[in-house]
Amino acid sequence: MALIITEEQKLLKDSAAELLKVKSPIYKLRELRDQGYIPYDKSLWNEMVEMGWTALIIPEKYNGLNFGYVGLGQILEETGKTLCKSPLISSCLLSSSIVSLCDNEVLKSKEFPLIMNGNKTMTLAIEENSYHKPFDFKTKTQLKGENYIINGSKTFVIDGSTSDEIIVVAEIGQSEIGFFKVDSKAKGIVIKKNILLDSGIYSDINFNEVIVPIENRLNIKIKGEKLLKDLLTIAYSGLASEMLGIISECFDITINYLKERQQFGVPIGSYQALQHRAAKMFSEIQLCKSIVIKSLQSIDYGDKDRFKYSHLAKAKLGKTIKLVTNEAIQMHGGIGVTDDADIGFYMKRARVLQQLFGDYNFHLDKLALIKKY
Amino acid sequence: METKTDVPLTDFRTETRVWLEGNCPMSMRKPLKDSNDFYWGGRNSKFNSEDQKIWFQRMLEKKWIVPYWETKYGGGGLTPEQNNILTQEMTRLGCRKPIFSFGISMLGPALLKFASEEQKMKYLPEIVQGKIWWCQGYSEPNAGSDLAGLQTKAIDKGDYFEVTGSKVWTSYADKSDYIFCLVRTDFESSKHNGISFLLIDMTYEGISTRPIKLISGKSPFCETFFDSVKVPKENLVGKLNEGWTIAKYLLTHERQMIGGIGETDIKEELHQIALENLPMNKGKLADGIFRSEISNFEMDEEIFDLTIQRVTDEAKTGNNSGALSSFFKYYATELNMAREELIIALSGSDGLVFEHNHKSEGNLARKFCRSKGNSIEGGTSEIQLNIISKRILGLPS
Repeated sequence: MALIITEEQKLLKDSAAELLKVKSPIYKLRELRDQGYIPYDKSLWNEMVEMGWTALIIPEKYNGLNFGYVGLGQILEETGKTLCKSPLISSCLLSSSIVSLCDNEVLKSKEFPLIMNGNKTMTLAIEENSYHKPFDFKTKTQLKGENYIINGSKTFVIDGSTSDEIIVVAEIGQSEIGFFKVDSKAKGIVIKKNILLDSGIYSDINFNEVIVPIENRLNIKIKGEKLLKDLLTIAYSGLASEMLGIISECFDITINYLKERQQFGVPIGSYQALQHRAAKMFSEIQLCKSIVIKSLQSIDYGDKDRFKYSHLAKAKLGKTIKLVTNEAIQMHGGIGVTDDADIGFYMKRARVLQQLFGDYNFHLDKLALIKKY
Repeated sequence: METKTDVPLTDFRTETRVWLEGNCPMSMRKPLKDSNDFYWGGRNSKFNSEDQKIWFQRMLEKKWIVPYWETKYGGGGLTPEQNNILTQEMTRLGCRKPIFSFGISMLGPALLKFASEEQKMKYLPEIVQGKIWWCQGYSEPNAGSDLAGLQTKAIDKGDYFEVTGSKVWTSYADKSDYIFCLVRTDFESSKHNGISFLLIDMTYEGISTRPIKLISGKSPFCETFFDSVKVPKENLVGKLNEGWTIAKYLLTHERQMIGGIGETDIKEELHQIALENLPMNKGKLADGIFRSEISNFEMDEEIFDLTIQRVTDEAKTGNNSGALSSFFKYYATELNMAREELIIALSGSDGLVFEHNHKSEGNLARKFCRSKGNSIEGGTSEIQLNIISKRILGLPS
């Protein structure tokens, strides 16, 4: 498998870049923030739906485009470049993926059309700690007659307060893991909004005796643990794609600034102290590009090493995004720490993405465990 | 060009695998320990073992010493796809290269691009047959990073050039038969414009060499001195005073070689060394800080290999920048140095043994010392970063 995107994938990427350049330049993010932390631009979301982005990873059987994760990754990379806010991560990357991975065929036939036409947004409630600990939850369910009863609490839920439905990961009995679809307005659900560094809204959600009809359990026969592992692989690789977009754009903006900004009568980019740091960043970005495409392809092709590649992607991108966003601010000098400059937005989004689904230390630990040391 | 495109690729793979399994001696499938395990060829060539001889001769008969060169130059005429398959199959079996040759990896590509047909017919088949051991005369005592500042002069004496000056860091000059050399032929024009590319027989009168001992205790490097050496005019490659173009082209190949492009060697996994040397606790290395350093290193090493693959794949579709060779050279050498630092740290006092055969055969400390040259030879890391920032990023001078 060549480590390049196909012509089709390139067309998709280019069309995304074009739309986002026009409809979602970075000042849009500032506007959304300044108008009281509006979660995202609804009309842009409708355009994304029209372009088929919500159908990308949905199988043809359900009238999806079956474009795979390399395709979705190209879109996420482009949204990273303009720091575009949308429910793509919560609703498509996470929720559509878990619905797709599960074996509840009735639910798939019912939900996919709603997700694809944008009439419904979903999110995934998984974390219970402020650090990524995906297999450690206290949220429990109990089967009572025809319903499951959920009790527990979740945190760091992306778009938790704006999604129509929430997919909750919870323990069934002692060791089984289940995925449950609940209405975000269901009785017993209390949602607390948190506005984080990237101007995004993330939620703490309490589930108190929440009743879920049995047909809303996503995994019927498939083991929840296996599903969760596959879902996490998708999450790591998808987030790494967005991170690649942020890194690339933030780097390009900074290189341009080095060429324009004059001090001592010359462009500051003529100084070797800055040139070498720029060249080192360029080198790290070369590695980032390779692991992102590799991890996305390995999901689409069911490569047995896909877990490893997704950890490699999230670890490497996490390290590099920290380097590049920090250098970007430093190289911009004083203007870099003002709210007037856009460059700070990249650093802010980067820090949230670093924590989402685990920082590089988490993933380096997993990589070592995979190799048994 | 003669090719075997009529044979479908899957058949080619099967045939290649069968042939290699039947013809590569078992001892030639073991990893190379050091440069003494290489076969270098040359006028005074000697094989280190019977297997080495058999392997070289079989590959020569098969025309797979340089499988991708045209058959008229002694190559195998394989298509890039077939050559990839051959490389993959050799890697899979762990087959050693039948010969280690700067003639193949560096001079050959330059001759193919810049030499006259007559020169190609003279030199390329000799390279394939391993008859001539080539070395490279580039750096000088006062022209290292500033290579174009070289001062070894070649004066036009009518029917020959008279070469006087000295070269440094000429690998294996004391064992080589020929040197490809950058010399100054114009002293008036700007420094890049007065350089020519000469091929010089090391047996010509007036040439002497002196080995340079490195901190690793030994070294393939030499100083090479030219004292009014008469070099025939026909040994000039390309046009007079246009040698810098050839030099740059060749440097790209050198960087790619150092950067690991097309390399097949299999490296020992670093964490294996850790597992042999350090205690575990609950399935993890007990030393958490060491563990994180290793994991971080292995991450970069694995992704760097993927990057070689990605850029090679992109090159096939026409998206390639020659300047990327600077990135590969820079990153590969930094990684190798980090690897050697970690190995010596993981090996504790065993890793410090310099002379005596101990657990590690006294090799680790020498390899460690040798690695310090990686970020200097073939253009320092700083020079590579300069090239990236100017030629790729377009940062101003």
